Amino acid sequence: MAKVGLSMKETPKLPFVQDAPTDSVLPATPAIGPPLWLLAELTYRCPLHCVFCYNPVDFARQEDELDTEGWLRVLRQGREMGAVQLGLSGGEPLVRDDLELIVAEARRLGYYTNLLTSGVGLTVERAAALKAAGLEHVQLSFQDSTQEMNDFLSHTKTFDLKNRVAKIIKDQGWPMVLNVVIHRMNIDHIDRIIEMAVEFGAEYLELANTQYYSWAYLNRDQLLPTHEQLRHAELVTNQWRAKLGDRMRIFFVTPDYHEGKPKKCVNGWGNMFLTVTPDGTALPCHTAKMLPGLSFPNVRDHSLHDIWFDSEGFNRYRGTSWMKEPCSSCEHREQDLGGCRCQAFMLAHDPAVADPVCIKSPHHHLITDAVAQAASQSSSRMKEHPLIFRNPVNSKRIIG
Amino acid sequence: MSPLSNATQPKVSSGFRLQWEPVQDCHVLLYPEGMVKLNGSAGEIMKRCDGSSSIAAITADIEKTFALQGLEPDVVAFVELAGKQQWLKWD
Repeated sequence: MAKVGLSMKETPKLPFVQDAPTDSVLPATPAIGPPLWLLAELTYRCPLHCVFCYNPVDFARQEDELDTEGWLRVLRQGREMGAVQLGLSGGEPLVRDDLELIVAEARRLGYYTNLLTSGVGLTVERAAALKAAGLEHVQLSFQDSTQEMNDFLSHTKTFDLKNRVAKIIKDQGWPMVLNVVIHRMNIDHIDRIIEMAVEFGAEYLELANTQYYSWAYLNRDQLLPTHEQLRHAELVTNQWRAKLGDRMRIFFVTPDYHEGKPKKCVNGWGNMFLTVTPDGTALPCHTAKMLPGLSFPNVRDHSLHDIWFDSEGFNRYRGTSWMKEPCSSCEHREQDLGGCRCQAFMLAHDPAVADPVCIKSPHHHLITDAVAQAASQSSSRMKEHPLIFRNPVNSKRIIG
Repeated sequence: MSPLSNATQPKVSSGFRLQWEPVQDCHVLLYPEGMVKLNGSAGEIMKRCDGSSSIAAITADIEKTFALQGLEPDVVAFVELAGKQQWLKWD
């Protein structure tokens, strides 16, 4: 599964109705807002084996999925706290045969319900049942193994499946977001990818440059594009944007390895995003479980309220007080919050240092080295280091 | 969409949902993987955009509710902005 995006906006001030007055005495620490975005990773089971998957490489450890009642309890507790967006993800969420029940309860509670799927398993009947349950939006992602990519680019099996699923989505009247994870092996086909999204009638196309966590990190050398590839892809994207206008909006997810600027990961640690993994572990981001010395509570043992407000895991990197230099005195510290804690840990072995993608990070050379190495790689080296596919066999091998 | 006039009857676009959020103490507009937090004025206008009320009627209702006058330019300005953002649509 690709990582989900977040979009939050506010309307400009209008004069005639005053907003509720804010307390004139500011609290010593800023109040913790609600977890507006709840991501329910219903299962790690998946028919696909994507080399860029962000699911943990040791996902095969987790076989004990929350049952239906467990998920419904999570939804109710989240909604009481003010969660409005619900992402139903995985793995492939369609392998859960209680998905319709989960959607129906989510909708009844007032969530905006988003299904993040590869489309495998989305039949006409299943789509109609999900629509009847109140599902509001489907994000269809393109999976990618080498064979499938060939199929996709040559209009054979995968294209037929996607085309069929895209039609099912349109027939149900759902707005369609197409998500394509972009990497070295497909970035040069971006023109054709955008053209297909137009043919499918997508409202939004997310060109999600790979973020290097989990399986994508294992395969980073093979997946990292070159600067030239990225520049070309952005150029093509902008040409299409000019041509399409409002007909289809294209998001080009910033490739942080190439930009030298850290991202405000999940809009800030414990700020609005809460993930629950298949076994019920609650996390402030998709991949936080990798961080050492932090424990994350399970929804089987604690209420979401206690987890969000009081757990050590959710409080550790909230705000800016945990920062070290160069972050703690940086003028951008409120905008990017020091970037991604997982990236800091993976690359610099300390989750509290600046994200190495930042040009101010003393570890930034690790990023520039990786990009330089990707650019100089020959195809023979690619053969010596084959891609590691996300599947239970490889996961168990990694667990050891 | 035709140019705005005070007879225009805007409604919330499909794929968007307007709802009141007690925790945030405001109306929000929800759409795929996103949320617009509406301030008080925007919420008051948008909750009246049901596809059958004209801008004139929406304005009159708000003016009555808040005992104010001359709000039509504000309502038109917001509806125009919301149309550009594709939050509202009209024939």
